[in-house]
Amino acid sequence: MAKNKSLLGELWDFLRVRKAWWLTPIIIILVLVGVLIIFGQSSAVSPFIYALV
Amino acid sequence: MYMLSVSCYYHDSSAALLKDGVIVAAAEEERFTRKKHDTSFPINAAKYCLESQNITINEIDYMGFYEKPLLKFERMLSQHLQMFPFSLKTFLSSMPSWINEKLRVLRAIRKKLKYKGDVLFIEHHLAHAASTFLVSPFEKAAILTVDGVGEWTTTTYGLGEGNKINLMKEIKFPHSLGLLYSTITAYLGFSVNNSEYKVMGLAPYGDMNRKTNSYYKKLRRVIDIKEDGSYRFDLSYFKFHYADRMPSKKMCVLLGGPIVKRDSEMTMKHKNIAASLQLVTEEILFKILHHLHKVTNCDNLVMAGGVALNSVANGKILRNTPFKKIWIQPNASDGGTSIGTTSYIYNSVLGHKRNYALKDAYLGPSFSTKEIKTFLVKNKIKYSEFKSESDMIKKVAKLIYDNHVVGWFMKGMEWGPRALGARSILANPCNPKAKELLNSKVKHREKFRPFAPVVCDDDALTYFDCDNPVPEPTDFMLMVYPVWKKWHKVIPSVTHVDGSGRLQTIRRHQNKAYYDLIKEFGKLSGTPILINTSFNIRGEPIVCTPFDAYKCMMGTGIDCIVMDKFMIWRKDNPQDIWDSEQYAKD
Repeated sequence: MAKNKSLLGELWDFLRVRKAWWLTPIIIILVLVGVLIIFGQSSAVSPFIYALV
Repeated sequence: MYMLSVSCYYHDSSAALLKDGVIVAAAEEERFTRKKHDTSFPINAAKYCLESQNITINEIDYMGFYEKPLLKFERMLSQHLQMFPFSLKTFLSSMPSWINEKLRVLRAIRKKLKYKGDVLFIEHHLAHAASTFLVSPFEKAAILTVDGVGEWTTTTYGLGEGNKINLMKEIKFPHSLGLLYSTITAYLGFSVNNSEYKVMGLAPYGDMNRKTNSYYKKLRRVIDIKEDGSYRFDLSYFKFHYADRMPSKKMCVLLGGPIVKRDSEMTMKHKNIAASLQLVTEEILFKILHHLHKVTNCDNLVMAGGVALNSVANGKILRNTPFKKIWIQPNASDGGTSIGTTSYIYNSVLGHKRNYALKDAYLGPSFSTKEIKTFLVKNKIKYSEFKSESDMIKKVAKLIYDNHVVGWFMKGMEWGPRALGARSILANPCNPKAKELLNSKVKHREKFRPFAPVVCDDDALTYFDCDNPVPEPTDFMLMVYPVWKKWHKVIPSVTHVDGSGRLQTIRRHQNKAYYDLIKEFGKLSGTPILINTSFNIRGEPIVCTPFDAYKCMMGTGIDCIVMDKFMIWRKDNPQDIWDSEQYAKD
């Protein structure tokens, strides 16, 4: 029985096995937006993010 | 070998524990958190499962989850992309929960349960199928699962044999009988994923004739049904695939008015809409079942999924299809998938032979005499103690006969949405005013909703026009049958407007005291039937602990509770401690 992988590992297998490559850009954008939100809330980069908006 | 499975994050989170092929504990999270249809990670239910067997998480060999989150995520992104930009609002509102919890199930299991082993993810409808077939009494059975939506699938059928399940066909989102039911439920002003059964109860007040119910013809315009029961929606009538609202404006125009406001009085028009929905549901189910029997050539049927809780349709299956035997598990909707997941891993993935059939629903927490006494003494609650079980049965039967409303707290809490004699409120069905009495004292239900009868299995055919032999799902209150006409006036409180009753049958080996109580009541009244309604007030989950039961009684008009061998009267105890009425809501 296969061992559990990390979320990214699972995601890679999922895209590969189901050939759901169309999901890739959406997931990348979601991850980037997520990172932006997390850093935007509590880090040194927040002033620059707010300045962009 | 122990296996623990969980289901969560949509509605009715639950956990189930299997030991060497036998389901030893199962419960829904809502009973512990006291939040109806709780969707959160079932940490309390899982803890209960472990504590019931005196084990720790380290002794669990495998864990299971009832869905494949990435498949569901794919569907969600796909549906939102298709409907962009109309779907933008719901897309944005659903994303945080996906990123924070729904895609991180493995992390949640590791973190919250400190589990280090493997977790297996089973597809939603496969978990439904397993939840009913693998714990059924059948070695071979046709399987039908119908619900709102799993990952992509909304309806599936197949064949179960031994420890193998072969799902042959599926219908995919957005075409969903469950979501059609929910759409009309929403249109009628009821809450989705909660009040579908109220629409089912409303239906008999309407015109149940296909030829004369104009709304039936209208609803048939919305859905294209093929001869094999497969169906397809005209999606212009729906919005659930891209918005929070379920029916579209076009559906409102079709049904002749805007969405009904919450708590509105139900008019004849609304009753006819409910009836038309029930007619369409039954039409689809029976067509699928005819086809399923043809392709499987098997006389046994098992069902699961939220639509399998439609007890009105269930009661008609054996009379309207070629199937000869039927079995449905007591927790047929999503909450029940945790026992399916755990059984599927043990039987189908690991290949163990089946050695278990679910015979009763008392899989939840139970409390010993000592524990209950400690609770009563610690809280300075006045109580009395019965001399023996026969003394208890005689006294309680007399109380019910004298039209008292009695809380009945025994055995392990029920698995599934129905109270089945472990956390029940009991009353006299021969009292023509029992419905008003229960509604005024405890339940505060809509007037149109009936109460359910419980009858001993050997008396069922005397009072109800059941299939013979009486199918086992009646043990779980999952089938509605006509009450024989001569009894309509004898048990008016449990006879619905169309002369039917959603009966529970009880076998003595399942719950001896409950069975004996009904028989004793029969000696007094001449009718061995009781009203059995769930031990809760509107808007709250069924009680779990002695504390919940006591709190419920003190905040309502329940006269007394029989808890194990103890009797607690509301009038003997201070009534200003709790006022649970403040929480009464839908």
